[in-house]
Amino acid sequence: MTATAETATRRRPFGDAASARRLVDLVFRLREFGILAVLALLVAATAIAEPRFLDLTNVQFILVDTTIFALLALGETMVVLTRNVDLSVGSVLGLSAFLSADLFGKHEGIPIPLVFLVGLAIGVSCGFANGFLTVVGRIPSLVVTLAMLYIVRGIDVLVVGGGQVVASSLPNSFIEIPKRTVAGIPVLAILVAVVVGIAAYYLRSFRSGRELYAIGSNPDAARLAGIPSGRRVFTAFLISGGIAGLAGVLYAARYGTIDSTAGTGYELQVIAAVVVGGVAIFGGSGSVVGAALGALLLNTILSALYVLGVSPFWNQAIAGALLLGAIALDRGISLWLAAALRKRRTHLGA
Amino acid sequence: MALDLRERARAFVRWEFGLVLALIAVVLFGRHVSDQFLTSFNIFYLNLSIGEVAIMTLPMTLIIVTGEIDLSVASILGMSSALVGDLYSRGWPMPRVIVAVLIVGVVAGLLNGFLITRLGLPSLAVTIGTLTLYRGIAVVILGPETISTFPEKYTNIGVLPLPHTGGYLTYSVGIFLALAILSAIVLHATPFGRSLFVIGANEEAARFAGFRVKRTKLILFGVSGVVCALAGILYTFRLSTAVQDNGIGLELTVVTIVLLGGVSIFGGRGTIVGAVLAVAVYAGLQNALLLSNFEQRAMGIVTGTLLLLSVLIPNASEFYRRGREFLRRRQLRAGEVPT
Repeated sequence: MTATAETATRRRPFGDAASARRLVDLVFRLREFGILAVLALLVAATAIAEPRFLDLTNVQFILVDTTIFALLALGETMVVLTRNVDLSVGSVLGLSAFLSADLFGKHEGIPIPLVFLVGLAIGVSCGFANGFLTVVGRIPSLVVTLAMLYIVRGIDVLVVGGGQVVASSLPNSFIEIPKRTVAGIPVLAILVAVVVGIAAYYLRSFRSGRELYAIGSNPDAARLAGIPSGRRVFTAFLISGGIAGLAGVLYAARYGTIDSTAGTGYELQVIAAVVVGGVAIFGGSGSVVGAALGALLLNTILSALYVLGVSPFWNQAIAGALLLGAIALDRGISLWLAAALRKRRTHLGA
Repeated sequence: MALDLRERARAFVRWEFGLVLALIAVVLFGRHVSDQFLTSFNIFYLNLSIGEVAIMTLPMTLIIVTGEIDLSVASILGMSSALVGDLYSRGWPMPRVIVAVLIVGVVAGLLNGFLITRLGLPSLAVTIGTLTLYRGIAVVILGPETISTFPEKYTNIGVLPLPHTGGYLTYSVGIFLALAILSAIVLHATPFGRSLFVIGANEEAARFAGFRVKRTKLILFGVSGVVCALAGILYTFRLSTAVQDNGIGLELTVVTIVLLGGVSIFGGRGTIVGAVLAVAVYAGLQNALLLSNFEQRAMGIVTGTLLLLSVLIPNASEFYRRGREFLRRRQLRAGEVPT
């Protein structure tokens, strides 16, 4: 998508390039506003049909549930931007959730920050394996992370055995983390919003952030342009893995009960959120804000369906249809944008 | 060019030869683990456990050779299974149910193909979407229900051996072998099959050379749909139950087996023989591990490692070369800058 846009901008001297860039920027900003608009419509319609939807506790629930997915979507976006994919996040989350929660039982009174560090370390090591095999082993990331999805889940099964961690074995201060609020807004949601903001700023304004887009737009050209592609992709996997590890600890705090199936299938939901949020599955275009909004939208839809009394059996079918709609919409937008840029060129050109 | 082709042919031979060695190793391991491994009862059981997955690897091989992927296979299986249960419990006669389910399978596959070829969407994203959608439809159809009142005449297909095979082969594996021969002929000995390699190697070039790329892909996804629906019917008969999560997650097993069979994830390379051998290696290993009391749910460790090895081994010589170069450069640098 941006590939077309950027070729277009390069062909022209500065003035025209800048205006083309503005058009591209505008369209992608509109894409995010589009999600917000859908979200607003959805919330309004649901609230009219069932005012309970806007109950403080319900909104808090949606926000807290979204934080885990928004975090995962953020890490996934970093990877997807570089034309790679991380399918192992669900398994990494599961392993980290169990191992970190298990620490409370094994070491009475262990400080909570240390538990988060352990979760992070587990995630980063998995991310390291993903990045190493992808970058140094030159195996397609789809294959690497598919294999890691299996392997990490297998390790999880061996470690957990038939057991599970139950909420009663976790200290109260840990379980309280997702429940803490400031002025009615969950602290976690605020934290995640800040993190997403920082990541968005980084991707927009830092050289290494922009390079992720360049790599995803055209990996060969990026390498030839002197961008350290390997290092950047490796870092993206480390970040995605680390975030999945942290999200695992949050998962433990949120749900309390963890067995060896925790986080199964999350990878597809996260990718759904990322794609609904307007990140191109083949890289080079999209934003973390969009991805986080995508996660929020998916979670809100599920909650709305529940509140409206629609059988939860419809959840998956609707999520799937929405995902297909989002992909088709993005394709339409990118075709339209390419045509618009072409028209400008012929219009302004010699 | 000719040399290049010959080199490639040699690579195929090596890969399939490697799979044969792996298969022998698996059989020896199985024998070592348990005396039961080679009994007809166990082979039959092994057949049962792999049949539907094996069937689904065939269209997946064709699709991956073309440079696409279909992650919705297990969801089409699940949706078909749910439909079999639902339609039958509504009093439809079984032959009509089977025809209807196969038609739904074609439609599901064609929808994938339509979105991918006519709207130009990436198959990875589309089939992740339909993976969710088709599974969602299965959930909508059955809800929490379990239907297990199928006539014995049909469920017997799932549990009895094929006649005249000494009790070794199941119907599902019999169907798999028949379909495998058919796919091998189509892929390796017809213009249509050869065109899949061309498309997988360079889609644009294929289009300019006059191949009907879009139509070919549409056909492949349609075929994948109907074959997965067939697998869904067999799956239902084997377990004589239709529940909404039948076959959940099997898409990853199918992809793993196909890649293990030497089919390149980038398209343009692969053989049916490789896929069939990979099915045998995978099924044998799974069964041997089961007999050795290995935690079955941790089988993923083995599957994942196999998947990684299947892509690492063909590149081993390349790694060796690059690794040496890297070390040499480091030595050079160390030599230049005395410390």
